[in-house]
Amino acid sequence: MGILNLMRHFPVAIALLLHLSPALAGKTLDTIRQRAQLVCGVSTGVIGFSSADSQGRWNGLDVDVCRAIAAAVLNDPNKVKYVPLNAQQRFTALQSGEVDILSRNTTWTLTRDASLGLHFTAVTYYDGQGFLVPKKLKITSAKQLKNAEICVQSGTTTEKNLSDWFKAQGIKIKPVVFEKFEASIKAFFSGRCQAYTTDASALAFIRSKEAPQPDDYVVLPELISKEPLGPVVRRGDDEWFAIVKWVIFALIEAEEYGVTQANLEQMKASTDPAIQRLLGSAEDSGKLLGLERDWAARAVKAVGNYGEMHQRNVGSASPLKLPRGVNALWSKGGLMYAPPIR
Amino acid sequence: MLAAALLATLWWLLDVTAANMAERGIRSGFGFLLEPAGFAIGESLLPFDSADSTLRALAAGLANTLRVALPAIVISSVLGTLIGLGRLSSNLLLRGRCAAYVETLRNVPLLLQLLAWYFVVTDLLPLASEAQQLAPYVFLSKSGLALPWPGGDSGLFDLPLRGAMGIAGGAALTPEFLALLLGLSLYTAAYVAETVRAGIQAVPRGQSDAALALGMTRIQLFRLVLLPQALRSIIPPLTNQHLSLTKNASLAVAIGYPDLVSVANTTLNQTGRAAECIALIMAVYLILSLLTAWLSGWLERRSGRWAERA
Repeated sequence: MGILNLMRHFPVAIALLLHLSPALAGKTLDTIRQRAQLVCGVSTGVIGFSSADSQGRWNGLDVDVCRAIAAAVLNDPNKVKYVPLNAQQRFTALQSGEVDILSRNTTWTLTRDASLGLHFTAVTYYDGQGFLVPKKLKITSAKQLKNAEICVQSGTTTEKNLSDWFKAQGIKIKPVVFEKFEASIKAFFSGRCQAYTTDASALAFIRSKEAPQPDDYVVLPELISKEPLGPVVRRGDDEWFAIVKWVIFALIEAEEYGVTQANLEQMKASTDPAIQRLLGSAEDSGKLLGLERDWAARAVKAVGNYGEMHQRNVGSASPLKLPRGVNALWSKGGLMYAPPIR
Repeated sequence: MLAAALLATLWWLLDVTAANMAERGIRSGFGFLLEPAGFAIGESLLPFDSADSTLRALAAGLANTLRVALPAIVISSVLGTLIGLGRLSSNLLLRGRCAAYVETLRNVPLLLQLLAWYFVVTDLLPLASEAQQLAPYVFLSKSGLALPWPGGDSGLFDLPLRGAMGIAGGAALTPEFLALLLGLSLYTAAYVAETVRAGIQAVPRGQSDAALALGMTRIQLFRLVLLPQALRSIIPPLTNQHLSLTKNASLAVAIGYPDLVSVANTTLNQTGRAAECIALIMAVYLILSLLTAWLSGWLERRSGRWAERA
């Protein structure tokens, strides 16, 4: 914690220093194939996105992205090494080559995309920041939070959004910033703060699983920010950048064409040219990426299409029970849109 | 010679890091310090607004670190001295209690103590909307101890009043600050107590015997004979305790107090400048420690002169 926590940067800082990283331009794919393992940076535990279960198995939407890539590249979704990273460590770990891909509910912003030597690949979840308040306060809008103390966990874009939004509203608030999720939650539910803020995807979970009485708390309707979350790769390896991007697009495209984990084999016999291209039964789309022709089929076989990933990890089949909302396909009124695979 | 080698190594490390970062397209440099911070700080001795520069945010964080460290140094020194003397008392009960204090506080990790204090404090206090009024314009609640404070928009004092969100206005000693102050003071006091006890016990027994034989009272014995000699051996380790206390204040991040490390953590996240932020924190703590060491050296020389005079 504190200084110690910052000191945990040291191994990566030293790697950066001594140039130990295996990652040189264009070499990421070769390195992964050589070691027969994808090294994937995940969170230290965000339910629905990346968290380890009691047996130490990782699961979640962000984890599935890594599994899909491992399936496409190594033909085995289990050949992934997960490196849990906190918010402060994540970029350094990717920059220094400690991980091949950062798939850790990370918001795509200009500063991060343009100044950290990184590339955001694609959006896997559109989130937004919201508020949780006790019902007792009788608040119906975040605009009523004048002079409120708001509990927040550090190390995210959350603090900045909070300050921006209330500044724009001309309202003064006091953030109470905690380093650890557990401490921030404990402080809020003990009544230290009048509101808790984080991404809406997490608020639903916090209300249903962490609150002593879920019915005593309510999520306010406002979303005060755009939080497009997605995997990040290092700059300087365009081939790897393309692979990660297109595996995600393939998962979205699979949902659009109705290709699921269950019907994959039948779909391989489909006469629809778009499905044939996606699954490699006609053209070899893999060649252009430096992968095998069934790269996308392998990814879908490992984790299902995007809709299945969503449902299993954060949607109706998960404890989070989040609605599809803006994360529905573009053809169903959402924002999920993949460039065509052709 | 050694210093030169060290400097050269440091220079080489910096050079390699900078070159590697440039090669990877990572922006570096300290220019971000002058950009607007963009985040708010919950409580700050130094007036701070999110439009102010990152440098000012870090300065506010440093001010918050000092705001808790300096009072904690005073409290822990006074309390520690009393407990240290208590351990030398001829009263068995007092001696036992002081020993129990030292052993308990010293052997439980500070982080756990801080969390315990913090959650005890926040659990026990009433909700902000049901704040307890202790005196006119003084309220105690989970939001802390709200007090009138000079300044404010109207009149001489900014007065805390009940509002829709609990207490508005005035100055507040937050539960985070109080828990950190309490935790740091009590924990460090245990070490100070041991330092004081050892310092006094290091004065040869013959000195006390001689003083008592001369007909000095116990107070005279302590003030004129024991203390001046003990101080020489107490001050250096005491300085170490003060240094540790200042560094331990960085555990503030665990309980939501915006100290230097907490603000730097946030900055690191907003800007992604890990190397720069860590270098800054290290530099600030190094300067703080050197200053403390220098101050203690000065005190030591002074106490040496005092001892000779006495």
